[in-house]
Amino acid sequence: MKRLSLLLLGGLAVAAVAACGGKQPEPPAPAPGPNADSIAAADKARADSMAAAQAEADRRAREEAERRQRMADSLAAMGRSTEAVKTLLGTMIHFDFDKAIIRGGDAAILDQKVAILQANPGLRIRLSGHCDERGSDEYNLALGNRRATAAKQYLVSHGIDAGRIETASYGEERPLDPGHNEEAWAKNRRDETEILAGGDALKQP
Amino acid sequence: MKAARRLDGWTARRAVVLAVLLTVYPSSRLVAQDTSAVDRGVRIGLTYRPGVRPGMVVLPGRGPVLDSVRAIVARDLDYSDRFELITLPGGDSLRATAMAPAARSPTPPTRGSGGAAAAAGLNYPLYQALGADFAVTLTSAPGDTQVVAVHDVAGGGVRREFRVHLPPLTDPGFRMAVHRLSDRALEAALGVGGIAATRVLYVMEGKVYAIDQDGADQRLVSSSDHAALSPAWATDGRRFAYMEFWEGHGRLFVQDVASGKRAGVATSGQALDFTPAFSPDGKTLAFSRATEEGTDLYTVNIKDGCCLQRLTVGRFYDNLSPTYSPDGQRLAFVSTRAGLPQIYAMAADGTDQQLLAPFDYGATGSSNAPEWSPDGQSVAFHRDVGGTLQVFVLDVRTRAVRQLTSVGRNEDPTWAPDSRHMAFVSDRSGYRQLWIIDLETGRIRPLLQKSGARLPAWSPRLPETASSTP
Repeated sequence: MKRLSLLLLGGLAVAAVAACGGKQPEPPAPAPGPNADSIAAADKARADSMAAAQAEADRRAREEAERRQRMADSLAAMGRSTEAVKTLLGTMIHFDFDKAIIRGGDAAILDQKVAILQANPGLRIRLSGHCDERGSDEYNLALGNRRATAAKQYLVSHGIDAGRIETASYGEERPLDPGHNEEAWAKNRRDETEILAGGDALKQP
Repeated sequence: MKAARRLDGWTARRAVVLAVLLTVYPSSRLVAQDTSAVDRGVRIGLTYRPGVRPGMVVLPGRGPVLDSVRAIVARDLDYSDRFELITLPGGDSLRATAMAPAARSPTPPTRGSGGAAAAAGLNYPLYQALGADFAVTLTSAPGDTQVVAVHDVAGGGVRREFRVHLPPLTDPGFRMAVHRLSDRALEAALGVGGIAATRVLYVMEGKVYAIDQDGADQRLVSSSDHAALSPAWATDGRRFAYMEFWEGHGRLFVQDVASGKRAGVATSGQALDFTPAFSPDGKTLAFSRATEEGTDLYTVNIKDGCCLQRLTVGRFYDNLSPTYSPDGQRLAFVSTRAGLPQIYAMAADGTDQQLLAPFDYGATGSSNAPEWSPDGQSVAFHRDVGGTLQVFVLDVRTRAVRQLTSVGRNEDPTWAPDSRHMAFVSDRSGYRQLWIIDLETGRIRPLLQKSGARLPAWSPRLPETASSTP
């Protein structure tokens, strides 16, 4: 420690002698403008800040792009979800010939509709009953009406506000399958679900 | 006389005795009034031959449009199913050759100068030999007028003669004017109303069309974008009603035949209203309304557009398809109160509801689409027989039910104004189309050779002003 202090002292002394000796021949170098260093520094700083700003802008742009991408992705995801919900909601239920009783297997389809309606309080739907071509044309309007009403009663009895569900009947006027066989008839004896309002963005139940 | 000479003496003596007895006691025969005995040599009127229809020949006319007129009239009279239509052998040329012997024969008794003209050149004996009891002649007279004469062939004279004004051939009302002529000729011959001047409404591809009963002049009458069903005539033939689908609802419309203008029924639009039926006085429309409570029958005053009245209350069953009796006192309708749809009737105010068409519970199939006949005696409907539909007729008085069809699927019968013809939908030819059946003779003919025509509604006899449209 002591040796280091001595050395430092010695160094200072030499420096003082040297400073005193350099007075005469050389005038001190003129100051370079206001301050060359400061200008350079400022330039550098400016360049740095510009670069930084650029980087920041790039970063922001990147972030923005990412954000946009994320938003688009999430919108797409939401859209996909809406489509999925719509598909689920649009699943038809079917009936036996001249019957308007909900089949055991179709209750699960109606349960899905209950869940969707509960998850999307703004959603309003119309249930329409359809028939096959075998019955009487006009009687089928009454039968289709009973089929639509049967599904509505199921939904209402599972907690959905009756005001959110309209019913309609098209009798045998709108067949899905124009065939004249049991396969076609079975397809045509159905309830369809149509969205009346609140179907733009649907949540998964 | 020749026959008398061939008789042996004993028979001749008995005949003389009989003749003396008849001379002495002529009043006894008059008192007895035995109509089963036929008076020989005395002709009072037409001979009634059971099961045989009178023969009718429509003679070729002389005039610019008379070939068309004759063809339509002959077809109308044929389609009335009240005559055996006789075709002249050798076609129209026969008339010329027939003129010579007719001129030699003594002038037949005629009424009116026009009759004499019309009767000129008629060979009554020939037509009689061909089996004609009646002949119709058409003659052009000045001023677009046609003289129509209905001849009694056996009597050798004009039975009745009338003049009609026919619009030009190109006029849309031409055919209906000829149909009306046919009905007058039928009435002149037999004293009964015809069905020539009528049209049938029907539905095809969601639109309402009308067609003459002979299958001509098919026209679209409702051209809305909304699918239509169940057309029904007012009994005056000036209006008809039908139903259209509107956003899940069923709306009823009443359309004026002459103007083609239509109006929505005031109380209709918020529910599923269907199967309209006019009351005979034209003031009320009965219809079915489907709600979440089920389907029930209502009436509405269409004259004032008010006063909705509910006729049935069936929370667990449906009531639909009303049809008025012609006196307006009762309504037949379909109800599922016993399970499957069957035909019931009630007073027009909804009271006194009872079963109309008897059925065996658990055995008889669904019965639908009733229509009360214009004479009030029958109700036609269709019933499921072994998985397909057949047309039935119920006798309202005896409640006897008769199956009318058995070939293919047959449905939605509608009565002609004569209560003996009926239009219905049948797939007997391979596809569903409109057919007409005569209940008296069983004769059946296609009305329209087009697939998909259904729900026919036969008009009453159409009034003069409603002839051009639809």
